[in-house]
Amino acid sequence: MNNRYLYCFNGIVKREVLRFFQQRSRLLSALVRPLLWLVVFAAGFRAALGVSIMEPYGTYITYQQYITPGLCCMIILFNGMQSSLSMVYDREMGSMKVLLMSPLPRPFLLCCKLIASALLSLLQVVIFLLFAQLVDVDIPLMGYVSSIPAIFLIAFFLGALGLMLSNLIKQLENFAGVMNFVIFPMFFLSSALYPLWKMQEASLWLYWLCQFNPFTACVELLRFALYGQMNILALTTVLIATSIASFFALMSFKPLHGRK
Amino acid sequence: MGRSDTKCAMSIITNELTFHYGKKAAIDGLSLSIKSGFNVLLGPNGAGKSTLFSMLTGLYQAASGDIKINGYDLNHERSKIMQSMGVVFQQSTLDLDLSVKQNLTYYAALHGISSSQALENISDILSQLQLTQRLNDKVRSLNGGHRRRVEIARALIHQPKVLLLDEATVGLDIDSRKMITEYVGSLSQQLGICVLWATHLIDEIAADDQLIIIDEGKIQAQGISGELCKEHNVADVYQLYRTLTANVEIS
Repeated sequence: MNNRYLYCFNGIVKREVLRFFQQRSRLLSALVRPLLWLVVFAAGFRAALGVSIMEPYGTYITYQQYITPGLCCMIILFNGMQSSLSMVYDREMGSMKVLLMSPLPRPFLLCCKLIASALLSLLQVVIFLLFAQLVDVDIPLMGYVSSIPAIFLIAFFLGALGLMLSNLIKQLENFAGVMNFVIFPMFFLSSALYPLWKMQEASLWLYWLCQFNPFTACVELLRFALYGQMNILALTTVLIATSIASFFALMSFKPLHGRK
Repeated sequence: MGRSDTKCAMSIITNELTFHYGKKAAIDGLSLSIKSGFNVLLGPNGAGKSTLFSMLTGLYQAASGDIKINGYDLNHERSKIMQSMGVVFQQSTLDLDLSVKQNLTYYAALHGISSSQALENISDILSQLQLTQRLNDKVRSLNGGHRRRVEIARALIHQPKVLLLDEATVGLDIDSRKMITEYVGSLSQQLGICVLWATHLIDEIAADDQLIIIDEGKIQAQGISGELCKEHNVADVYQLYRTLTANVEIS
């Protein structure tokens, strides 16, 4: 890589990391939210929601074990949306102009932003998984390694989705709508909290919504990756979703056109 | 020698530029030719100064017309132009939670310059702007004048040939304004860079400055400030401004 590009990449990643660690509450809330789900919610529902033997698990598992990949994806989803929130903030505060004034190609700059955001997601997921071990969530050591590319890909997809949304949101105040119309539907209409066969028993149309939700593919990709396996269908779906989201995210960063 | 006189020939040329916000024309067939030196763009609020700046920096795309900076076409050679352009926007664009040094090195990185090279490039500028002691302070702790100085230092980090400043002294006290206008004026002379200084503060304009008066998205007059006053038979720039524009919203 040309040195200019390398300096630029380092600079963008460093800024995102610095900003992340300066907002300590962001790290705290990123961890507290899924830990509450894991420790409190999962404990309460453990008896009510038995999970039968299913892939990739070789035996009966606890509910905590089942929802762990979904909670990891929740962390990534929130981080992706948080990054898009910071892009809206940057745009309102004018610092987005500084980024777009760089002589380097805009797609490269936005990719650097996405990679930086993905690295932060990875860090948060690893910390969460270490905590999860304390409540008997058993992840094989190799699972930590094999899940890294999956986490990175999922983070890239959700970051690109956030980037796309950040351009559609014209004001910081409108970001609350993203919570209601993007984050919650994506999370609840997925296999994060319940296996889809359970959803199928309850409602067929909800089941199909869950099936077509790319977030389901993210959860399944990570679920298999944590046990050293690859879910080809989930991987293909996430790759296609990433390409589409990245394309639209990059397209949405064109200069404002002054047509009548 | 006035601050509009320099040795090199950098230039900004726009040809029949137009830009609309909905149906309203913010820039209306604007043609402009600016050479190196200190050039003042004077106009009331809403005259089109900031829109013109956004177009010159490639943040906005013209509905029609073209922009050439130092001979490069903005539509096709944006990268080359950005390498040689420094900008201070009207609204502060510093990251308040980062230190002065972190802000400067981040900007340098966006231009593909290493941190050490960046600080070396502007070590003199930092000391002239009295920022050396404040390098590790968070921007949030700086006053308005210091923040502006940081933005000017940042805009110079990649040694630009063209420097655009959009109302860079608005909201600052008299001393800070004087210091910044004098410093930028001296830069245009010493380094031969093309400075475009947008303002609506008449006391920032010297008699030998290149003056461009803009209103309703059009150029109303362009030339040496003192000569324009003579040409229009008026006593000062304020009278000149009153003569050429319908708007009196100016200091």
